[in-house]
Amino acid sequence: MGENTLNFRSTGIIGTEELRKLGLLPPEERLAKGPVAIVECPELIPCNICVDACHLKAITMEKIIDIPKVDWEKCIGCGTCVALCPGLAIFVVDLSKPDKALVTVPHEFLPAPKVSEEVWLLGRDGRRLGKGRVVRAWERNKTWVVTVEVPKELAMEVRAIWVEK
Amino acid sequence: MPCTRNLLSDRRIWSHPILTFKRGRKVKFFFEGREVEAYEGESIAAALYAIGVDIFSYSIKLKRPRGAFCMIGKCSSCFMKVDGIPNTRTCIEPVREGVKVERQKGLAEIPTNGGESDVEDEEVLETDVLVIGGGPAGLSAALATAKYGLKTVIVNEHFKLGGQLLKQTHKFFGSKDLFGGLRGFQIGEELSRKVMGNPNIKVLLQTVAYGIFRGGWVGLAGKNKLYRVKPKAVIVASGASENFLTFPGNDLPGVMGAGGAQTLMNEYGILPGDEVLTVGSGNVGLIVSYQLLQAGAKVKAIVEILPEIGGWFVHAAKVRRYGIPILTRHTLKAVWGRERVEGATIVQVDEKFRPIPGTEKDIECDLVLIAVGLTPDTRLFAQAGAVMRWVPEAGGPVPLRTRYLEVSIPGMYIAGDASGIEEATTAMLEGEIAGLSVVTKLAGPKAEVIERREKLLKFLWDEYRASPLMARAKAGKESVTVSEEEMEEIRKWNPPFVSFGVR
Repeated sequence: MGENTLNFRSTGIIGTEELRKLGLLPPEERLAKGPVAIVECPELIPCNICVDACHLKAITMEKIIDIPKVDWEKCIGCGTCVALCPGLAIFVVDLSKPDKALVTVPHEFLPAPKVSEEVWLLGRDGRRLGKGRVVRAWERNKTWVVTVEVPKELAMEVRAIWVEK
Repeated sequence: MPCTRNLLSDRRIWSHPILTFKRGRKVKFFFEGREVEAYEGESIAAALYAIGVDIFSYSIKLKRPRGAFCMIGKCSSCFMKVDGIPNTRTCIEPVREGVKVERQKGLAEIPTNGGESDVEDEEVLETDVLVIGGGPAGLSAALATAKYGLKTVIVNEHFKLGGQLLKQTHKFFGSKDLFGGLRGFQIGEELSRKVMGNPNIKVLLQTVAYGIFRGGWVGLAGKNKLYRVKPKAVIVASGASENFLTFPGNDLPGVMGAGGAQTLMNEYGILPGDEVLTVGSGNVGLIVSYQLLQAGAKVKAIVEILPEIGGWFVHAAKVRRYGIPILTRHTLKAVWGRERVEGATIVQVDEKFRPIPGTEKDIECDLVLIAVGLTPDTRLFAQAGAVMRWVPEAGGPVPLRTRYLEVSIPGMYIAGDASGIEEATTAMLEGEIAGLSVVTKLAGPKAEVIERREKLLKFLWDEYRASPLMARAKAGKESVTVSEEEMEEIRKWNPPFVSFGVR
């Protein structure tokens, strides 16, 4: 990896280009077909929780320290791995709808998100990128998995939500 | 800005996204002669912090106000006079009805009541194995020895088992069979439950192993009882203590270890501060900052002196998404405030870590978290005369040990952060490995035990620690791990003055 690809080590923010270089970004044709997991886990962490989490065996690793490899064709974007990833590093993006994109993010803050409520959409740097409606929210061991509507051009930017108290 | 809070304010957290705080019944006790309230199950230090007490003592020489720092019994910042006994570590002393707590001003007075008269009994304990420390490594070690029928005693300084697992609210990495995916406190509860339910294990809480003596005796001091033990093997899993930093104002109440703050908020449900500056971007600094946000605090920034973030990217990404800046190439210049932290000055540094004049920035905050690493607690090994080496990658002086975790004192084993700073998953692995080594030594080699131990060793060294993120810790541990033959050689040159078990 060149110096550029390791930019995230000094910023804590990973760009789309870095994700693509690491093979963590699904091809555009796949994104257009429907929900799919994006694993923003660029380091060799000794962890394979996502591999066990996936019922469809869409995530694989040879060694425990490998970067997760998602089989985009097997993945249906169900979000189970979003709930279980200890690094809260997995998101689901759905670009199949004509007007809006759907982004699914983990959420571990109060208050708990509610369906149809408007929440703040946050970028990887915490910037408020606008508001979006919650279309789905479920919880597993205190991690909420929240799907929000976002403008299509922000599908690769929105990676968290904030619910106003 | 907020500085000295009114006594009887309440810093307790009543709703939390991850934790449900099970508070015991209300109890009344006395602080500086004044009646105050707490909940059973809280430590005295936590109960005082909860009602707004920041100053735990006044320093010996200059009578400067001092606050609590580590909250796990490893430092001296929370020493107070409790029912007449000075220098009581209030962070590991449970609060109880009617207890009288006073601040010490300067050097403590010798107790005139209590003390020796409190010792009700002494006992010679019969056991095969003594495990010192009730955290992830100690509990895993005890479960391993007890599984194979060895009588095992665990001594734990704290009044609760689980060690630092109890304050870990994040889900653990690793794999499913290593408790991966469960939150740290859930793992701690599960291990504690297994230990408490095991008929081969006796647990001594609030008990300190105070020394190793001639002939392989170990001295233990409980609350009102002294024990002498001559175990056939000792496993020391005494953990680590948080490092401190030198800067003007570093003794102001409100300068706290990141782990100390984590103990307050996650074990006791007490918010350590409202506005926070974190120093150090290793995993501890990143994780605790995220957890402060979950608990309702505002984290103003994380400063990191190096050009890169110290911890894992995924932890950094978690705090960045909620707008917490991580300022690399920055350090703390000073902390200011009257009787408590009111703010801090940070400054940018050049390539040689020298502050760049003119880049100072003031940050108003009431809590400064020090997250700059840990030092292994290896005092018992040093006292026993184990051959040790200073290893920066391990965090300090650590004993040489074999792959099976036996040190140069025959029959003495090491596991967890005491063996070199790493993390809780490897602590559990090392604990079990040390436990199985003791089983092999005391009960004879059993194929099943050897096989399990080899599997764990292989996983630990060749798979888990193969991660470049573990490279530093691995290098540290490698440098003090020797073969059985080398250890025999070391013992020839440094004859141990004590040994455990029959050889």
